[in-house]
Amino acid sequence: MADTGNEIIFEQSGSYVGRTLSRPGARRSVMGRGRYTDDIQVARTLHAAFLRSPYAHARILNIDTTAAAAMPGVTRIVTGRELAEHVEPWHGILSSFVGMKSAIQHAMAVDRACWQGEPVAIVVAETRALAEDAVELIEVQWEELTPVVDKETALDAGSPVIHPEMGDNLALRQDIDNGDVDAAFAAADHIIEDSFEFGRHTAVSLESRILVADFDPSTERLTIHTSSQVPHMIKTVFAKLLRMPEHNVRIIAPDVGGSFGLKIHTFGDEVATAALSMILKRPVKFIADRLESFVSDIHAREHRVRGRLALNKDGDILAADIDDLTGVGPYSAYPRTSVFEAVQVINITGGPYKHKNYRAKATVVYLNKVPMSQYRAVGHPIGITVFESLLDQAAVVTGLDPVDIRRRNFMPDDGYPAVTPAGLPANDLSHEACLESLIKRMDYDGLRREQAELREKGIYRGIGLAAFIKGTAPSPVGYYGAGRAPIAAQDATTVSLEPSGAVLCLVGVTEQGQGADTVMAQIAATAIGVPIENVRVISGDTDAVPYGGGTYASRATGIGGEATFQAGRALRAEILRIAGVLLQSEPSTLEVFGGNVVDAANHANIRVTLAEIGRIGHFQLGELPNDVQPELSQTRHFRVKDVPYIYTNGIHGAYVELDPETGFLKLLKHWIVEDCGRVINPNLADEQVRGGAVQGLGGALFEHCIYDDNGQMINATMADYLTPMAGDMPDIDVAHIQTPTSASELGAKGVGESGVGGAPAAVLNAVNDAMMPFQRHITAQPITPQSILKALGKI
Amino acid sequence: MTELKERHEITLTVNGETVTRTVEARQHLVDFLRNELQLTGSHLGCEHGVCGACTVRLDGEIVRGCLTLAVQADGAAVETIEGVTETGEIADLQETFVERNALQCGFCTPGMLLTAAELLNAGKPATRAEIRTHLSGNYCRCTGYHAIVDAIETTNNKRLGTK
Amino acid sequence: MKAPRFLYVRVASLVEALEVLAEYGDEASVLAGGQSLMPTLNMRLSSPKVLVDINRIDDLKGISLDGNMVRVGALSRHADVMTSPIVVEHLPLIAQAYPFVAHAAVRNRGTFGGSVALADPASEMPACVLALNATLVLDSKAGGRRNVAASDYFKGLYETERRDDELLIEARIPIKAAGEVSAFGELSRRHGDFALAGVAMHGTVANGVITGLRPVYFGSEDRPVLGVATAAAVEGKGATEETFAAVNVALGNDLDPLSNFHADAATRLQLARVLTKRALTSMVNGGGVV
Repeated sequence: MADTGNEIIFEQSGSYVGRTLSRPGARRSVMGRGRYTDDIQVARTLHAAFLRSPYAHARILNIDTTAAAAMPGVTRIVTGRELAEHVEPWHGILSSFVGMKSAIQHAMAVDRACWQGEPVAIVVAETRALAEDAVELIEVQWEELTPVVDKETALDAGSPVIHPEMGDNLALRQDIDNGDVDAAFAAADHIIEDSFEFGRHTAVSLESRILVADFDPSTERLTIHTSSQVPHMIKTVFAKLLRMPEHNVRIIAPDVGGSFGLKIHTFGDEVATAALSMILKRPVKFIADRLESFVSDIHAREHRVRGRLALNKDGDILAADIDDLTGVGPYSAYPRTSVFEAVQVINITGGPYKHKNYRAKATVVYLNKVPMSQYRAVGHPIGITVFESLLDQAAVVTGLDPVDIRRRNFMPDDGYPAVTPAGLPANDLSHEACLESLIKRMDYDGLRREQAELREKGIYRGIGLAAFIKGTAPSPVGYYGAGRAPIAAQDATTVSLEPSGAVLCLVGVTEQGQGADTVMAQIAATAIGVPIENVRVISGDTDAVPYGGGTYASRATGIGGEATFQAGRALRAEILRIAGVLLQSEPSTLEVFGGNVVDAANHANIRVTLAEIGRIGHFQLGELPNDVQPELSQTRHFRVKDVPYIYTNGIHGAYVELDPETGFLKLLKHWIVEDCGRVINPNLADEQVRGGAVQGLGGALFEHCIYDDNGQMINATMADYLTPMAGDMPDIDVAHIQTPTSASELGAKGVGESGVGGAPAAVLNAVNDAMMPFQRHITAQPITPQSILKALGKI
Repeated sequence: MTELKERHEITLTVNGETVTRTVEARQHLVDFLRNELQLTGSHLGCEHGVCGACTVRLDGEIVRGCLTLAVQADGAAVETIEGVTETGEIADLQETFVERNALQCGFCTPGMLLTAAELLNAGKPATRAEIRTHLSGNYCRCTGYHAIVDAIETTNNKRLGTK
Repeated sequence: MKAPRFLYVRVASLVEALEVLAEYGDEASVLAGGQSLMPTLNMRLSSPKVLVDINRIDDLKGISLDGNMVRVGALSRHADVMTSPIVVEHLPLIAQAYPFVAHAAVRNRGTFGGSVALADPASEMPACVLALNATLVLDSKAGGRRNVAASDYFKGLYETERRDDELLIEARIPIKAAGEVSAFGELSRRHGDFALAGVAMHGTVANGVITGLRPVYFGSEDRPVLGVATAAAVEGKGATEETFAAVNVALGNDLDPLSNFHADAATRLQLARVLTKRALTSMVNGGGVV
């Protein structure tokens, strides 16, 4: 990290960096005083419900809304065709994905529905129940069309083409070809080859998507209360789609009941709801109920990956070759696209290792299924699983322990800056340190002994490891910026000294319960030198906080945190400048500490309180010379420069028990050691990792959007889409290696996705380790009793 | 026998206060609490009885608020997170949840706390596995459950230790 | 999603309930615990004209010992049956099964009778009443009371012997006699989920030899299935590898499991075989949960 002397700040007695503090928001939640979008009462609110396509692919011949519109309590019904006159369509492509294609998408289907669940008509009524009653009375004449549901055949010559004007169902092909892969394979002693299947997942945030759109015709302002991670992006996008001046749109995100990447996309039903508020000049609320969430929230992670690994006899990786096929929805999501996940897969696969020969191909095809796009740890669970599973197979054929083959091939901790196999710059990583810490915390050798002893007794346990890199805190040189997307890579913070001596901290990054507000308060209090009790953080209101990207891709602390740190340091400097004038002292002899200006040499010697500075700075400016104008609000912006991401790294360990007769698994324990750079709040960082790990384990074992041949999602309830619950999840040990990033003075990287990416790979490797005595293994997720029994030849 | 009709007048106590309202038969208890009484601490996560976000107490026992009609609560005593907060019954558990960061987005938390309270009220030692089993009808996407189990275990041990 | 409109009536007595059912028949749905009915309403999968709330009929609640019979009122909540000392002592199979029934909040509200009346093929109580050879008491205005053997009650997927104008009012379950043993096993994807495979069995064990076994499988076909061939294969045998081999064959004759996205038929049959082996082993060791 840059040598700025910040270590002293972070380690001095008044520092809140590195300390576990509880979240003020948590106290509200436990008392039932959380304030989510549905808790906000806006006078005269109407309620929306949607008629959605029951078919994966069908032409709309006619929509008869007569009976529904006549129902008492129904205010308005608008079809997709009618709505198209009020709302701009969108095109989910970015020029940074060269050759990418997508069809134009409308907020609701105009003449053809392309997935089961696509909105077709909106009903606005006095209550949600009445709106749903009316939906049942809308009569649609459909002409069913053949859906494209299998990604393996979507590009075949005989396949129907979802959007004929595109010529085929291809969204994107992207390649990486570094080094000489063919020569490396030709020279290899061992070649490992396998194919991996990944089922579709969806976010299932407990609070579903929701908005209350409130158009005020007197001011022509549109205020939207919504559960969002990215209020500014929503403001920009909605203004464009609704043909509004951007400054007339205000987005307020109150408490957000989980998001995980779900709430960063443009959803047609939400745009339609806002449009109806403008048409009706009344507030309109829409809550995606759980059933429609399953068929309208973005999905993710449907991939088939073929992978090959070349090794020499000593177990050195010579080359890797990856072929990823992804089946997304019928349209590419806006504005982040639906191809980014596949691109991330090929970017991060094998990222922890030092081989230079790497070839990868990503093929993204359109299907008549729910649109896919970014979801927590985009692409990482796929790429990590593929590589780490191949590596475990390589360990077997080379006779190396899984620990040793990783030790042997990791990028060395003292070898940075470096370049990953995919050609991405990597810096400040610690694969070796994380591995050594992990095996100590697991008591790896002890577990191996226990495993061997229990196998004698017919008990089959398995140990799995999975190392990873994770791209966090994206910079403007990444895909969004280069592709001209309206997605801010920078973020900003304004800190202000109030007359009372307290500090207001307005941040562009957003809070979803991960603790961003608390972390920003810790950073601001530390950077300025005030007690944290005197810092109030405000986020989630585009009328109040500086324009920023919000929270995605583990960027809040890495980017927003640095902006806050810099703003705080600037305010501190300004306070010292004013204090220097008042005290007729050199500012360099002063310091801000504990909410007071003190002697730098002796923090116990209080020279003037911040309340006094605040009083004079705001009220009694006459006490200052005319040429001294206090600037007690300071704003700083920050973006990551030069590199696309601040990469983090880490490693997971899983310990499972397999019942080979039933195929059932018990997750005994899980360990994670990761490096998110400087840890601001250890407890919050740990819980991000734990929560993410369970999200990953859920995906590995349970979660799956299952489709039939007609493109119907057949398990679209919470009884049938199996999320991980407490009884089936293990305790999780978390530790951190802290290698501060040199991309910022704060030194913090992202932590929010470190749990998700590696967990599925670790558990798959553990299951395969448990199956080792049977000489069988599996490569498909979710891992089910059925898939294990099949692999074991029991059925 | 009540009259057979679509709208019914009901009188019940909610967090100790008697309320009378006329409700549609189809309105479930959580919509009633949220929309008629503005008690927004009880949440809807799935409305089909799986996620547990709607957990409230009906005559002293936890139930799925989305699987109970408001009209069925006529004459009953309903308690919500707001009520048990007011009485201080689970103040120790709430404090431990905050300290342990046993919640993130907080949407599941009221249901989780009321579910945990039932286990704590049993006044018996509980292993982590038993706590996990007891919580298995309450979905949390954020925490991974570990911290929640910690908080409940800590509170239960403290309560038993002071008996 | 919100439930569709319906008329609601809360009856105060059995007579009133039967009156309403007589009048509305298949247009009425009986609301007991509501733990299965309410989700179908909230998903708009069913739209009854009338909902008959029977929750205040006190006569239908309670668990009592009546000679060599336990009478379980249909409105008894799962939580009350689960913790009833009478059940724990005399109906160990039901006590063994209950921890697998959903979750605490659902057990507080859901009823024993509701579960049996609905006859979900993957739920535990229908299997238990069949394994224990219970008698189910139905009542109606037109036909009066009649007793139906559990073995005659389950007809198909959510189809039972109960007519639309009838109410299930009680289960009469023979108590465990000397020498009788129960074992219960269930495999579900997550705790409290419906079973991928399950077995509830009851029989007599003497000197390690099993006789009169009633093994009932749930989570397999469209209704709980009594394993007749399996019982025959076990009759007079111990829990030996030889018995297990015979059972594996017999189960293939007894069961023709449904396939769905949770598990295919082969998986369910394999799981049923494993559970049976483990349950039989448990039986000769005093029974219990496997």
